[in-house]
Amino acid sequence: MTVTEDRPAYKWVGTRPIRHDGYDKVVGKARFAADLNLPGQLHGVFLRSPHGHARIVSIDTSAAEAMPGVKAVVTGDDFPELAAGDPERDTAINLMARGVVLYVGHALAAVAASTRAEALAAAAAIEVEYDLLPVILSLDESIADGAPLVNEDNRTAFSGSDEPSNLASVTPLERGDVDAAFEAADLVIEREFETSWVHQGYIEPHACVVDVGADGKADIWASSQGHFRVRSQTAAVLGWDTARIKVTPAEIGGGFGGKTTIYLEPVAARLSEKSGRPVKIVMTRDEVLRATGPAPGSKARIRIGATSDGELTAIEGWIGYVVGCVNNMAGFIGAMSVASYKFPNLKLEAVGVLTNTPASAAYRAPSAPQAAFAIESVIDEIAQTLGLDPIDVRLKNAVVEGDPTAMGMPHPRIGFVECLEAIRDSDHYGSPVPEGAARGIGTGFWFNIGEQSSATVNLNEDGTATVITGSPDIGGSRASMALMAAEELGIDVHRITPVVADTESVGFTDVTEGSRATFATGMAVVNACRELVDELKARAATIMGVDSEAVDWIDGAAVAEEHDPLPLDAITAKAKGTGGPLTVTASLNAGGAGPSFAVHCCDVAVDEETGQVTVLRYTTAQDAGTAIHPSYVEGQMQGGTVQGIGWALNEEYVYGEDGTMLNASFLDYRVPVASDLPMIETIIVEVPNPAHPYGVRGVGETGIVPPMSTIANAVNRATGLRISALPMSPPAILAALNER
Amino acid sequence: MSDSTTNRRVRTHVTCTVNGDEVDFLASDDTSLLDALRDELGLTGAKEGCGTGDCGACTVLVDGRINCSCLIFAPEAEGSDIVTVEGIAEGDQLHALQQTFLEGAALQCGICTPGFLVSAKALLDQNPDPTETEIRYALAGNLCRCTGYDKIVRSVQEAAVQLRGASR
Repeated sequence: MTVTEDRPAYKWVGTRPIRHDGYDKVVGKARFAADLNLPGQLHGVFLRSPHGHARIVSIDTSAAEAMPGVKAVVTGDDFPELAAGDPERDTAINLMARGVVLYVGHALAAVAASTRAEALAAAAAIEVEYDLLPVILSLDESIADGAPLVNEDNRTAFSGSDEPSNLASVTPLERGDVDAAFEAADLVIEREFETSWVHQGYIEPHACVVDVGADGKADIWASSQGHFRVRSQTAAVLGWDTARIKVTPAEIGGGFGGKTTIYLEPVAARLSEKSGRPVKIVMTRDEVLRATGPAPGSKARIRIGATSDGELTAIEGWIGYVVGCVNNMAGFIGAMSVASYKFPNLKLEAVGVLTNTPASAAYRAPSAPQAAFAIESVIDEIAQTLGLDPIDVRLKNAVVEGDPTAMGMPHPRIGFVECLEAIRDSDHYGSPVPEGAARGIGTGFWFNIGEQSSATVNLNEDGTATVITGSPDIGGSRASMALMAAEELGIDVHRITPVVADTESVGFTDVTEGSRATFATGMAVVNACRELVDELKARAATIMGVDSEAVDWIDGAAVAEEHDPLPLDAITAKAKGTGGPLTVTASLNAGGAGPSFAVHCCDVAVDEETGQVTVLRYTTAQDAGTAIHPSYVEGQMQGGTVQGIGWALNEEYVYGEDGTMLNASFLDYRVPVASDLPMIETIIVEVPNPAHPYGVRGVGETGIVPPMSTIANAVNRATGLRISALPMSPPAILAALNER
Repeated sequence: MSDSTTNRRVRTHVTCTVNGDEVDFLASDDTSLLDALRDELGLTGAKEGCGTGDCGACTVLVDGRINCSCLIFAPEAEGSDIVTVEGIAEGDQLHALQQTFLEGAALQCGICTPGFLVSAKALLDQNPDPTETEIRYALAGNLCRCTGYDKIVRSVQEAAVQLRGASR
C-alpha cells in the first residue's frame, strides 16, 4: 500500500475485519430476492417480442386468461401512458411495450399463474399480430442519411428540437486551437476504434416478490442497487403515490450498474393487484442477456498531436455510443470521461446513437472504458513511435489538481501522478518481461458521485450500536460503515451491526452507484456518530456532575479531569435517566466526490497459431483516497480489472440480421473464469479526498477502465498489431495476424 | 407428463439424503434438483444463475461428486446422497473454507459463494495439496463476477494449508 500523505493514526479505519454479512453468505442463509416466497404466491412471466422492431397491431389475451392456473394477464394497456418528457417515460416503455416493440426481447405482456409452467404456457398462448418495421442494429446504419427511425418517440437531448431522431445526445467540447496545434506538432497519430456491447454479467438474475394488499399498498422485495429508486420508478410507472409502496432490499447478487433501473416491479405489482395474490418474478439468464443492460457499444476516431519529447499538445476526435432503443446520457458522460491529460487544445464530439437493441444501462464507470481504450491506445503508439517510456509520457502530461477536465471544471486533489509512480516503481514494472511475452500500460479514471444519503445510528442499552443506512451493499459497504462508526464511537467494530433498511425505516438514499456508498453514505454515518458523541459527552457530564465542555471523548469513553473515564456502555446504561434513547439521524447531499485514477500493467503472451491472448501477470495501482477496508478495496480493483479483461478479450453481443441475440447464455457470452487468469496484484494508493472526513474517494468504478488499452498495448508489443476493435478474441487476433 | 383434466403435472415421490438427513418430496419429471432443493426442501443456499449449467451457482455434491443441480431432474436424485452449502459446516463449526473465505474477503455479493464452497470442498476432499493451477481449473465451472477470483483462489490455498495441518 502506498500512502502519500500524512494522516492520523486510525484504530479501525484501514483494518480488515470479517464483514458482518459474511457469515450468512458462507452458510447459504443470506436471503436474495429469488430466495423469498410468500404464502399464496403466484409466478409471473413475460411474453417478449420475437421481432427487432414492429408495430403491435393487436394482442389477444383471452385464450391465455382461460388457461389453467392463470390469475392475471397484463399488457401495456394496464399501465398509464406517461407524458412526453416524463423522466420515467422510457423506463415505462422499456418494461412494457406500448404500441411498438423496439428490440427482440422487449416485453409486451405478462402472466401470473399458480405455477411457472402454467404461466409460461399461458404466455405462449397470447396471440399478437405485428406489423414489421425496419430494424437498425449498427451505429453506421442509425446515423446514415435517411435512416429509418429506431424509436419514433426519441428526441435528441438538449437539442431543443421536437423532431424524432436516432441521436440520443450530441456533446461538443472545445478549448484552444487544435488545427494550429496539429500544424505545429512533431507527431500526429489518428486511429479508429470499435467496441462491442458487453453485459454487466451479474450472476443473480433480476428478481422480485410484490404483494399488493386490499388497501392498495404494495410490499416489494427486490434485488436492486437502490430500493428508493425502485420505489420512485415503480410509483411513476404505475401513477401511484410513493407512500403506497414499501421496498425492502434483498441481498443483491451483483449489479455493476445494471441494477440501477427496474425491469420487473411495476409489472409484478399490477399482476398482484389484479389477482389479489403476491407475485414473484425471476428472470432467466436468457432474459437478462436479451432484455437488460448492456453497456453501449462504441465507435471512435481519435487524433492526438505531440512534440518530439512527448508533450501531448492536442486531441481531436469523435466518439459514438450505441445506447440501444431509448435515450440515455451515455454519450454525454463519455465526453466527460476525457480528462486524464492536460491537452491544451481539445476538440471532441461525443454522441449517443439509438439502435433496435436493449436499452443500455450503466456498467461500472459508464462510458469511460470505450473512450479510454481509444485514447490510451493512441498515446501508447505515440510513446512507442517517439521511443519514450509509456509511463514517462503519461507522467509528463498527467492532470494534477487545478488542471481542467474536458468540461472545463478544474480537477480537485487527485492521485494520477502517484498511481503512475506506483506502477513505475512496482516489482512488476521493474522485472524483466518474461521470454515470449510483452508488457502493456494503460490508465483510466472515473469522476465518482456524491448524491443523497441518510443514516441513523442507534446506541443500544448495552453499549452496542446499530448503523442503519439505505445503501444496498454490493461489495462490502456495510463493513465500511461499521468501521467508520467504530472509529468515531471508539467501540469494537463487531459491537456494531450495520443494517440496510427498507424505504419506511430509513431516510431517502440515492442508488448505490458512482462509487458513492462508502463516500456519501459513509459521510452520513460519520456525521450521525459525531452528533452522538456530542450527546454522549453531554450525558457523561450529567452523570459526572461536570460541565459538558470539560468532557472529551477518547477511545470510546468520556474523559474529564478528576473523574474515572466513563465508557460508552456505562453511559448507554443510564440513558433513561439522562434524557432517553441515544439515537441520531443524519442526512446530506454529498458534494466533493473524489475522482479515482488507476494505472494498470500487464504481461501477455499471444499464441500465433490460435490467436489466444493469455494474461500472464497483472498489476493495478489505484487511488482509493483512504481504504476503509483494504480487502474490499482490493476486491473492487480486482473485480473491475477482470471485468475489463473480459471486455478486452472475450465478451461481445452477437446479433443476427433480424436483431436476435445469438449468444444469450453464459456458455456463449463468455465471461472470464478462474483458469483464464493470474492473480491480480494490487497497489492501493492513498491520496486522501479532502472532502471526506476520512479521505474516501470510492473505488468501485475505475478498475474496469484501463484493462482494454493495457492489454491491447501489450498485444501490440507482442505482435506488432495495433488492435482497433474489441474483443481481442482468438478469431479476431488470428485474422489480424493473417493480414499482417 | 400431465393429467389432461387439470393440467397438473404427475409428481414422483423422491427419497434421498440431503446434508445427512433422509428427506422425501414430490417432484414432477421436469423439476430440477435445484428447484426441488429450493422450493420443496427450503434449502435456498444453492442459486440459479443460469439454469443451463454454465455458472456453477447451483453446485451441489451428489454422491461425493460436484454437479450443477439445475441440470439434474429431481427424480434422478432418488436414493442419492446430496450435500449442499448448508451441509458443509460441522454443526456450528464452520468448514475451513467458509472461515478462510470470510477472513480472505473471498466474497463480495455472495451469490456465487455457495457454489464455490461446494466445488472447493470437492477439490480439497480429493486433492489436499492442489497447485494454484489445479485450484483454478477445479473452479473454472463456477463464475464469479465480483472478485476476479484472486481472493477466492488464495482462500482455497489457505484452507488447504489449514486442513493439511489439522489432519497431521
